[in-house]
Amino acid sequence: MRVWVPLDAAARALGADAVAEALGREFTVTRNGTRGMVWLEPLVEVERDGVRHGYGPVGPEDAASVAQAIRSGGDHPLALGPVEELPWMKAQTRLTFARVGVIDPLSVEEYQAHGGLEGLRRAIGMGSEPIVAEVVESGLRGRGGAGFPTGIKWKTVAAAAAAAERKYIVCNADEGDSGSFADRMLMEGDPLVLIEGMAIAGIAVGAVQGYVYIRSEYPDAIRLMEAAIGKARQAGILGQSVLGSAHAYDMEVRVGAGAYVCGEETSLLNSLEGKRGVVRAKPPIPALEGFLGRPTVVNNVISLASVPWILAHGGAEYAKLGIGRSKGTIPIQIAGNVRHGGLFEAAFGMSLRQIVEEIGGGTASGRPVKAAQVGGPLGSYIPHWNFDVPFGYEELATKEGLLGHAGITVFDDSADMLKLARFAMEFCAVESCGKCTPCRIGSVRGVETIDRIAQGDETGIPILTDLCNTMKWGSLCALGGFAPFPVMSALTHFPDDFRGRSEPRKEAAE
Amino acid sequence: MTFPATDADFLSRLDEIIAAHQGREGPLLPILHDIQAEWGHVPEEAQPVIAAALGLTRAEVYGVVSFYHDFHDRPQARHVLRLCRAEACQSMGADALADQVRAALGIDWHETTPDGRVTLEPVFCLGLCACAPSAQMGGRLLGRADLAKVQKLVAEAGMGAGA
Repeated sequence: MRVWVPLDAAARALGADAVAEALGREFTVTRNGTRGMVWLEPLVEVERDGVRHGYGPVGPEDAASVAQAIRSGGDHPLALGPVEELPWMKAQTRLTFARVGVIDPLSVEEYQAHGGLEGLRRAIGMGSEPIVAEVVESGLRGRGGAGFPTGIKWKTVAAAAAAAERKYIVCNADEGDSGSFADRMLMEGDPLVLIEGMAIAGIAVGAVQGYVYIRSEYPDAIRLMEAAIGKARQAGILGQSVLGSAHAYDMEVRVGAGAYVCGEETSLLNSLEGKRGVVRAKPPIPALEGFLGRPTVVNNVISLASVPWILAHGGAEYAKLGIGRSKGTIPIQIAGNVRHGGLFEAAFGMSLRQIVEEIGGGTASGRPVKAAQVGGPLGSYIPHWNFDVPFGYEELATKEGLLGHAGITVFDDSADMLKLARFAMEFCAVESCGKCTPCRIGSVRGVETIDRIAQGDETGIPILTDLCNTMKWGSLCALGGFAPFPVMSALTHFPDDFRGRSEPRKEAAE
Repeated sequence: MTFPATDADFLSRLDEIIAAHQGREGPLLPILHDIQAEWGHVPEEAQPVIAAALGLTRAEVYGVVSFYHDFHDRPQARHVLRLCRAEACQSMGADALADQVRAALGIDWHETTPDGRVTLEPVFCLGLCACAPSAQMGGRLLGRADLAKVQKLVAEAGMGAGA
């Protein structure tokens, strides 16, 4: 009997390795990615009559009784029924994550059996310009946070310089934002789709070499990506002749070294070159002068992993989903103090309230939701009374919000917004690359000023506001430029957390 | 542990590592990662050798070593316990957990236990944000961490199985 136990880092952190070992004594265990229902991890699946039934969360202490239930087909308190029928799964539109949690991540055979390589095959038959046109038509925008149209970026690189010059595809897998784990989940659960997406990008712009820059905090993703690249070479997906075509494309993994700022594309490129990860001034843009000064596509994991679907089904089909200028699907990551945390892929346009309250099921603590930070440590805190905002790039901007990498961190009413604002400044100070003054010095002054406010000195509030303005407009990159967003959103929406701090703090009612 | 510049074993292993990466585009980070995997830190004695091999100045190599949180210029404890301090973990009580762990181990951030066994480091996100708070030690990960789970992790690491 075939049994699946996820190898995803979140499942491992909840005991999946011990569960897999215990079940492996009796069954053929496949280690899959996660379905994204992290509150049900470790989620054990077993195939019965071609349908996969789930049990979860199966802790190591439950392994023996679950094994018994699998063997006998009997009832079990952790039985979930058919996994695909669970409301969380049914409500999704899984395009990019279609295979994550379903297949063995390192099986090229299973990958193809579930639609893998269709996009690459079609791309090979089309050639450069039509591929770029297809991606432009899809409306796909950078999923790393900047939201720049992917097709336009590719067009610039495709048109850049003579064919003799080396061009590159660089995948930004330096997913440092708290509340975000889509890149990790994808690389651990379906690494081949990223390889396919990068190969398509290579053919589209005429690049023969790619790099995936993965943060060192993700050892599992690094290991799986490297193994998948090996499999892809064996299968002829990578190499001198991609799937037997005239196109050459190969790639390798590069490991970061614990610098958040390297998620910014120009400092990532410096890091890849072996330099300090300091930000470069733009222009020149990386599309024209990127890695080693050569034309380079720098795209996020999810952007590149969305491309195979777009090529297989057409850009127009992708663009049918979503709202306004936010086309297609977005893997929403629901995190923090939330009952049902995990990854939920859906078309743009759900309201934040639906995501947090309905999909996420409210807080894990059972207390009222106070705010959600959307888009990572540089994203705004959106107060619960603004949760009707639709999930889209421009729509969130109307609430001074940032979609970022689509991570949502939920906080209950015990959250101290002054402390969170201080953390944003502290984080910026720790991670600043030091190149520009507003970020390097401003973040340190920000911590000091918030400490003054915390002591009850409210004259610090206008100074903090002024400082945030300077950082916002004067910083070279998004680190210093966006750190003011969490700070100012906390201050604007929750002024009570910043005033009267010399008084004993009123604790939220138990 | 010292690495005299004349130590033939040290220099030959270092040369091997450098040679393994020298043909790559942007070889410095892969070289430093391998050196750190070999010796637990990037020995100062290695830096002029790398600089000469890659046509860089010593200052440039030192600049890179000192820029990244991962690279250390002195030996670390055998086990590094990393507790996540980022927002998602904070929303689930990471600050209180860190206070408890620091008290239990008797050390602050970046410090090593008196027996030299465990160093405590903050980490900003392990990507385990839907099962916060999280911790990591070597290849082991913890979700929904609490003091008891962290102490168990530390105790098991002490039983000599290695990181």
